[in-house]
Amino acid sequence: MNFIKQTIAVTLLNLRTIPQRLGSSGVAIVGIAGVVIVLVSVLSIAQGFSAAMEQSGSDSRALVMRSGADSEMTSGLGAQEVDLIKQAPGLRREGQTGLASAELYVIIDIPKIGTNTPANVPMRGVEPQAAQVREEFSIVEGRMFQFGTNEVVVGRGAKVNFQGLTVGNTIHSGQNAFQVVGVFETDGSIAETEIWIDARILQGAYRRGNTFQTVLARLDSSQSFDTFRDWLIANPQVNVQVRRETEYYAQQSRALSTLIRQVGFGIAALMGIGAVFGAILTMYTAVSTRSREIATLRALGFNTTSVIVSVLSESLALAAIGGGIGGVLAYVAFNGYQTSTMNFSTFSQVAFAFQVTPRLLGMGLTYALIMGLIGGLFPAVRAARLPIPSALREL
Amino acid sequence: MKFLPLLWSSLWRKKIRTIFTLLSVFIAFLLFGLLMTIKGAFSFGVDIAGLDRLVIIHKVSLIMPLPISYADRLKATEGVTEVSHQTWFGGVYQKPENFFAQMVVEPEPFMKIYPEFKIPPDQVKAWLADRQGAIVGVDLAKRFGWKVGDRIPITGTIWQPKQGQVWDFNIVGMYDGDAAVDKTQLFFRYDYLDENRLRGEGLVGWYVVKIADPSRAQEMGAKFDTMFANSSAETKTTTEKGFVEGFAKQIGDIGAIMIAILVAVLFTMLLVAANTMAQSVRERTSEVGVLKTLGFSNGAILTLVLSESVLIAVIGGALGLGLAWLFVQNGDPTNGMLPIFILPARDLAIGAALIVVLGLVAGALPALNAMNLKITDALRRS
Repeated sequence: MNFIKQTIAVTLLNLRTIPQRLGSSGVAIVGIAGVVIVLVSVLSIAQGFSAAMEQSGSDSRALVMRSGADSEMTSGLGAQEVDLIKQAPGLRREGQTGLASAELYVIIDIPKIGTNTPANVPMRGVEPQAAQVREEFSIVEGRMFQFGTNEVVVGRGAKVNFQGLTVGNTIHSGQNAFQVVGVFETDGSIAETEIWIDARILQGAYRRGNTFQTVLARLDSSQSFDTFRDWLIANPQVNVQVRRETEYYAQQSRALSTLIRQVGFGIAALMGIGAVFGAILTMYTAVSTRSREIATLRALGFNTTSVIVSVLSESLALAAIGGGIGGVLAYVAFNGYQTSTMNFSTFSQVAFAFQVTPRLLGMGLTYALIMGLIGGLFPAVRAARLPIPSALREL
Repeated sequence: MKFLPLLWSSLWRKKIRTIFTLLSVFIAFLLFGLLMTIKGAFSFGVDIAGLDRLVIIHKVSLIMPLPISYADRLKATEGVTEVSHQTWFGGVYQKPENFFAQMVVEPEPFMKIYPEFKIPPDQVKAWLADRQGAIVGVDLAKRFGWKVGDRIPITGTIWQPKQGQVWDFNIVGMYDGDAAVDKTQLFFRYDYLDENRLRGEGLVGWYVVKIADPSRAQEMGAKFDTMFANSSAETKTTTEKGFVEGFAKQIGDIGAIMIAILVAVLFTMLLVAANTMAQSVRERTSEVGVLKTLGFSNGAILTLVLSESVLIAVIGGALGLGLAWLFVQNGDPTNGMLPIFILPARDLAIGAALIVVLGLVAGALPALNAMNLKITDALRRS
């Protein structure tokens, strides 16, 4: 009981005197805040990117590509294959029509807002069932394009990242002109970076004859995937691979988000070491300016553990403040920040927003506390080991 | 110079403090070196892209092919010295994770246009003689343990062979080049692709054209684009540098992100170093008083404190930059994702300048305080 009282008393003393050491405490706080800002913001890039990619799939949808193709971009399917795919069991039907959309996936050069340099914006040719296949699709501005015309609708992300994609505008590309008549959203998924057009029109514009690249199929339920796939794989008339949509997008995002995460953790680890040195210096200063007080306390009979705990608490408190400030700044500055990057599997743009999630903030704070703990440890032990007579004589 | 021992002993007055300050500066400049390298890696060698090379792509987008017949029309244009074309093959070796670039080229014009790819003459001869021959970068060969003479299968994703799905290549040579050259690509012959692909005969990805006079790049570009206007495949011409820059910008502004992080790092370390210096000078107030009593001028005191702080920055910073440089010499740690992984001399120079600036700024305030100290105050203050 006495021990706890002692510890609390010394700790409070330490914490109350922090304002007297504002300069060096400030350095420790800023150092740790800096590390947390960098860690959280870099990871929020990876978080936002993989969220956009992972939200893009549904378990109850299957993507059919030519076997051997590694992305929608490189796939190709003939009209007969498409007809066969639409007859596969496991496909959801409404009345006579199967809920499947044969699609083309190409890129079109449109300047990026901000850099004014051309960017590979994905353009998807779809069939009338496309919107039913993707339940999350909805028009938020203007209207859906009319099939059989040169009209297009653009995703919300495409509109904010690339030039001239506003309703009423016309996109010129080579000898083609496309009128933008609407803006759509798909719950933040990667499709929001795309421009949608009638597949038949796109076949003409890109000289693709009567061929498609993929078929996106809505299944009866997520359990019907195996039925659907097995039937197609067993059918000798088609040469295709079938993947769940979720799996396809997860695989596409893996390389880039892993790279960003590794870079983020690497930088944060190195910076963290630097900040720990900053914290150690601060706590050494704190201990050495008070070595006489500490020696007095110990001469009075306070035990060493309470001195150690008090120094550690001070360093943890500084770290928590730094971590908190860093987290808040990162959140304010970066959460929801809109940008776009290149998806290397298809060489096309993906628009996404940085996401500072509670999990990332928690991670930042934990990291800050670890830095505070390490930073306080050595000075704390030193304070406890201080020889009383010489410390009292010091200064 | 004769004050060096004094400087040295005041540096080690508190060993632990000096060591930790050194380490903070060390980490800051290690990060500086690594971040500059990453920044460079994401610019895809824009520094070596030739200004006398123009890239001609399909106007609609890079993925649309151009007819092979354009080659003759380009060659016949006045001011053009060399015409080559490239096609992205995009195949998979063993598994998709083994990604690397495969380019389809015609060997002779390709080697003339890109003298920076160094290939031994006997291997050039072997390549010209073998239709299935391929030239690989030395880094790529190291990654998969390939040797000249190996036969490797690559599955086509875009281009299907007439039979099956696999294309076989004989590695007939390896190219090398200086540090800024991407040595992770595979080049193989256009005639092999064209004769064996299922569809797409006579189509190429894009043209790279060398012009006699780089100052006419814009005018020549406009000329090519007019030449092919109103055809089924209209074109868009840019300089190779502009093309590479545009590509890098598509990934996003990696450069700006790296610099933002660096500013955060350096600012933090500046605070740490400045705080330590201030602390250490404050502790030595009475010593400064003694020095002044002995006749040290204000200027000498100022120089002494500043040199101390610069010395810490230089030792720590040089070690940091040095380690970063050593790390980068080992090459790309990500297995092919960052093919151009170098720390340019220019960035090293910037780092060196920053080290000195950091030392001066960190020491400025404490040095001024020490200089302005009155002897009587200083001696009384213990």
